[in-house]
Amino acid sequence: MPEEKISVDLNELINATIEAKNHSLTQQEFHKRVVESGLSKDVITEISKIKKEPEWMLRLRLRSLELFEKLPTPNWLPDFLSELDVSKMEIYIKPDVERTSNWDQIPPEIRKYYEQLGIPQSEQQYLGGLVATFESEPIYSNVKAELQKKGVIMMPPEEAVQKYPDIVKEYFTKIFPVSDHKFAALHGALWSGGVFVYVPKGVKITMPVEGFFIIGTEMEGQFEHTLLIADEGSYIHFIEGCSAPQFKKFSFHDGMVELYAKKNAYIKFTTVQNWSKNIINFNNKRAWADENATVEWVEGSLGSKYSFVYPSTILRGKNATSTSLVVTLASGEGEWKDSGSKMIHAAPNTKSKVVSKNIGFNGGVNIYRGLIRVNKGAVGSKAFVKCDSLMLDEKTKAYTFPHNQVFEEDADVAHEAHTFRMNEDQLFYLENRGIDEKEAVSMLVLGFIDEIMKELPFEYATMLNKVIKLELDKLGAVA
Amino acid sequence: MTTLKIKNLHVQVEGREILKGVELEINSREIHVLMGPNGSGKTSLSLAIMGHPKYKITEGKILLDGEDITNLETYEKVRKGLFLAFQNPIEISGVKLSTLLVAEYNRIYGSSTQPLQVISQVKELSKTVGVSDSLLNRGIFEGFSGGEKKRTEILQMLLMKPKIAILDEPDSGVDVDGLKAISNSILKLREENNTGYLIITHYRRILEHINADRVHVLYKGKIVASGGMELAKLIDEKGYEGIVK
Repeated sequence: MPEEKISVDLNELINATIEAKNHSLTQQEFHKRVVESGLSKDVITEISKIKKEPEWMLRLRLRSLELFEKLPTPNWLPDFLSELDVSKMEIYIKPDVERTSNWDQIPPEIRKYYEQLGIPQSEQQYLGGLVATFESEPIYSNVKAELQKKGVIMMPPEEAVQKYPDIVKEYFTKIFPVSDHKFAALHGALWSGGVFVYVPKGVKITMPVEGFFIIGTEMEGQFEHTLLIADEGSYIHFIEGCSAPQFKKFSFHDGMVELYAKKNAYIKFTTVQNWSKNIINFNNKRAWADENATVEWVEGSLGSKYSFVYPSTILRGKNATSTSLVVTLASGEGEWKDSGSKMIHAAPNTKSKVVSKNIGFNGGVNIYRGLIRVNKGAVGSKAFVKCDSLMLDEKTKAYTFPHNQVFEEDADVAHEAHTFRMNEDQLFYLENRGIDEKEAVSMLVLGFIDEIMKELPFEYATMLNKVIKLELDKLGAVA
Repeated sequence: MTTLKIKNLHVQVEGREILKGVELEINSREIHVLMGPNGSGKTSLSLAIMGHPKYKITEGKILLDGEDITNLETYEKVRKGLFLAFQNPIEISGVKLSTLLVAEYNRIYGSSTQPLQVISQVKELSKTVGVSDSLLNRGIFEGFSGGEKKRTEILQMLLMKPKIAILDEPDSGVDVDGLKAISNSILKLREENNTGYLIITHYRRILEHINADRVHVLYKGKIVASGGMELAKLIDEKGYEGIVK
């Protein structure tokens, strides 16, 4: 699917975005309402009341809370996550603004965040729709008229609960049940903000739509939910952007993404995650793909201190296809980037491809955990997994835990893993072409993830490119 | 007028002395040819001059127009006008050749030129050395034939317009047309840019296209004979052993 090309001075825009993300985006004071901290029935009931939710949603939240209390912390997670005390965090922060589709109506102190990040500008020039979640609430939501005319629905999930309860009831936490694990349950209890999208049968959206998430307060928990349903034969490219200023203490992100690709539908889901270095990022991403449907995950997981992201697809219709391309970057002492993909082949002739590329330096740790499962009956299925690790120094670590469960004999499942160190002779060659060491290193690093960069829209590839270069500036001499 | 002076250069690799006091002086527009048997230290000399981290200069100096550049970073030497065409350049998959060429172009001519214009000028230059467009879109040297690698090295020389260029066996593994294109490029750059050359070779083949000002023989880490074109002829007749005696 070709996306519409645009001609604006994107460089300027991108530069602004990057500077804002890395330097000038400071924590600002704004009016907000915080529900009393602590994780209790009362607090959750109050959140539900503020959102004017129907009874069934409140029940879902309370059931999730019970599960959260019962379920053990997953034993494969590093210790710091089991020490996380959610009850000490601000689990619901409502900025003191009414939701709007007009940037002018957003108070200047909040609008400033978005302007620094260049969001309103990219919306105007590039996107078909945008929902912006600030803290716990979506504060801005707008869809271009041409998309509305085609019947595309894009709005905060809170609004969808009111306007389209039947659809939400049918799909919400269906593919990612809250009983899946402890943090899925926590999400179910506290979900707030996010994006709901429905693309009608046969509608192909040529402009990408975006959900943008900002965490603006330390010791906050953000639990946004993205629910995307692409009806038969439709096409959509959804872009997810994440940003947070640098805090003194940490904040916790436990979002969820559910994608439903109906027969012959095509969903591309791109994430450019550039949280600041004191965010603990836990994300629950799962998709289903019906007959002939395609789900493409592209994930640039660059920011945050600890990150746990595993985009997964259940290929439940014959000939369904899914790819997952993930880049992670662990660029500092104590940074821990845990990622990987699960592909469940549950129908004949399904295909999946996972490419994971991780980059580590300054003592960062990258981990790949993945699962390929071919169910009985999923004959003729093909799966390919490739994990590459690039380590720029000696103190950096990378681990790979691939997992294959194959229950059909004719399945074609392949796995490749490679580890690379910075190559002295390649660096020397580039320096011989007048390129200084820093630039040469960043050329080699970007070359390493070229396979994934190619899949990003130009603007986001350029942004990723610059973020990586800025990160590499922190790197000492390699040679 | 530029002069590259190599004075009493001693070089060690992993503790073993490879070069034992090399002396050379190359001026603008001069073409020097360096010959010598396998393992005599020809490639080591080229890598040491450019500052490869494995090649330690233990004694001696490299001067460019009187300035001591022995210990400069490699890219600084390059920016001062030195260039090395590698004998067997390393493959860098992932980084497109065009990315590298555009980076070189922008460094030399300033980055104000529109990318499309840069590409079209690079393509123009590629044509003159016979590097096809399809190579530009590949990873650097990824799946290149021997001849394509040599042509690509020469292409970069033309782009970077060095004051002094060291070419390590630009003629080996190249077909007749390739040799012609490479020789013509060498001469063309000398005319347009007054570039001086140190050409490392095993064969007289390239000397049928290029008239060398000086021919040197490197033997066991030292230059043991220097002369004109007649020296190359003598080597062909008598072999290195015959010369050294």
